[in-house]
Amino acid sequence: MTATKAPTEPPAQRPVRRPGDRLFAGAARGSGIFILLVLAGVAAFLISEAIPALTAAPSEIPDGNGLGPYIGPLVLGTLLGAVIALLVATPLAVGIALFVTYYAPRRIAATMGYVIDLLAAIPSVVYGFWGLAVLAPKLVPFHAWAADHLGFLPFFAGPASASGRTMLTVGIVLGVMILPIISAISREVFSQAPALHREAALALGATRWEMIKMAVLPYGKSGVIAGSMLGLGRALGETMAVAIILSGGAGATVNLISNSNPSTIASNIALRFPEATGIGVNTLIASGLALFLITLAVNMLARWIVNRRADFSGAN
Amino acid sequence: MSTQTPLAPVGATSSGNSGPVREQRRLPRFAPLGLFLLGVAVGAGLSALTGFSVALTVIYGVVLGSLFVYLASRSVEGRRKASDRLVTTLVTTAFAIAMVPLLSLVYTVLDNGLPRLDGAFFTNSMYRVVGEGGGAYHAILGTVIITALATVISVPIGLLTAVYLTEYGTGRLKKAITFFVDVMTGIPSIVAGLFSYALFTLIFGVSVRMGVMGAVALSVLMIPVVVRSCEEVLKLVPNELREAAYALGVPKWRTVVKVVLRTAIAGLGTGITLSVARVIGETAPLLITVGLITGTNLNPFDGRMATLPVFAYYQLTQPGTATQAFLDRAWTAALVLIILVMALNVVARLITRFFAPKTGR
Repeated sequence: MTATKAPTEPPAQRPVRRPGDRLFAGAARGSGIFILLVLAGVAAFLISEAIPALTAAPSEIPDGNGLGPYIGPLVLGTLLGAVIALLVATPLAVGIALFVTYYAPRRIAATMGYVIDLLAAIPSVVYGFWGLAVLAPKLVPFHAWAADHLGFLPFFAGPASASGRTMLTVGIVLGVMILPIISAISREVFSQAPALHREAALALGATRWEMIKMAVLPYGKSGVIAGSMLGLGRALGETMAVAIILSGGAGATVNLISNSNPSTIASNIALRFPEATGIGVNTLIASGLALFLITLAVNMLARWIVNRRADFSGAN
Repeated sequence: MSTQTPLAPVGATSSGNSGPVREQRRLPRFAPLGLFLLGVAVGAGLSALTGFSVALTVIYGVVLGSLFVYLASRSVEGRRKASDRLVTTLVTTAFAIAMVPLLSLVYTVLDNGLPRLDGAFFTNSMYRVVGEGGGAYHAILGTVIITALATVISVPIGLLTAVYLTEYGTGRLKKAITFFVDVMTGIPSIVAGLFSYALFTLIFGVSVRMGVMGAVALSVLMIPVVVRSCEEVLKLVPNELREAAYALGVPKWRTVVKVVLRTAIAGLGTGITLSVARVIGETAPLLITVGLITGTNLNPFDGRMATLPVFAYYQLTQPGTATQAFLDRAWTAALVLIILVMALNVVARLITRFFAPKTGR
């Protein structure tokens, strides 16, 4: 602040770069790049270990029919379970999100949201225990009922399982597991619906449901879709609950209530990996690669929807 | 704020009554609840006709209960009010249905897990145990070691990345990292396990099993969670604090370390604790990388280790001749696992409460 020199001196050409600054910025940037490398590494290492299975003769693959017939039923099983989960969870999650944001008494709404989030904290192996010990036996009568009354549909062709360890049970357990994911994201977008729109609707004499239909749901639609897709990604990759509950191993079938179900990719890996050797390991890793690519696509789509919405939402 | 001109009317459909103002007839306050319960009771009766079952009771009950509420409201209050009541009923039912699995699960685990929650469970391993007795001493230690190792790997990387995203990042690299971190949160846990297996197989040869492999797999799952939660917290640090530090001539890195991270320390602690809770129950990646042994192995760089989730899984699915003893241990392990996760959640909340910086007066 010496008045004699400062005004005439030109400003410094460049800001001071301290070594500490450079080191720290470099470390931070390096970590970020490292994460990208890890993701690329996941793909690269899976591919490198899957190549022996991709190039092997069909007779060398376990079951002896080649890679396609091996993975095909697993993909079908994975999709079946995840779709049931989605059908079970999405309506419930939207209902829960609406309940917590617009119906529950204000004072306990946050607690109720937290309680639903607790569902996400329970380890998946415990869900498997619960599904096997509680839900499967409880659903046996429903299986029988479905076989009797809905048997004309290929999904309920029967014969009904007596143990309840079916794709239907698995789908419901997966639905419970992805419920908190979908409801958390739906809750967030519902609560961001512009207050002006909501109040305008109410001021025009709309009932609460009409207000939600007019102001909240159109605004939150893409959030619900994105949340469902994230839930779908989780359900596709869920391992332990399926491995414990499902009595799988049968070929491709869409019959949801019988004792012979197609296994899922993830549970098949968990069940067979510990004893697998040689080309069997490579086959399992190849199926894991397929799972990785499916979930990657689903997740990228979901994130793209979320981000696109964030751009135009104008939630202020 | 509310004095602003409202936006265009949002598809207003209410035409109002054309006649003179009428007294609005309403159902008594507790009538909807009573009608709904009546519906459930009738549903239970219907299901009892064909052999009682809980699932059918719930289905019949919800359908009939909602129908009763709708019809009553429709006849007394009119169509619009009736659909409002119907949705209220359905939404509340959705919440109640979601509570059922949570309560049932907690009850089942407590019921089956408490009998073996004794001292022996925490002090004995499964070494040379084929029947009753034994415990999860080795598995609990293994879980703690592997999770700690995963935390040591994940937290520096995750935290530095969060710092990069909030303090340094610009342009496409930042966008790419944000996007792919989000995508990474969706990687199936079993794929993370396969990745770790493939990585270590390339280095050490086939059929290698080590604790650190599990830690690497868990890190893949944990890093994105750490990044996301830390980033959210760092974004909350007010810019004035950073500017004040710069104005005093503090270098940027010291500003970040001493001001930004220091201010956010409580939130960071919460986020990291929650991310530990997220991975401590992971089973699948440990199943295929770490395996299981009956004895105690505390060295994560040498051979198989026991971990609590894998221990629980094998006790349940591969019981020996003394089946009940194995099942008891499995449920108790599940109970301990839930207790661990819940404890971490509680600790996370306490950290926020006690270590939050004093806000300005």
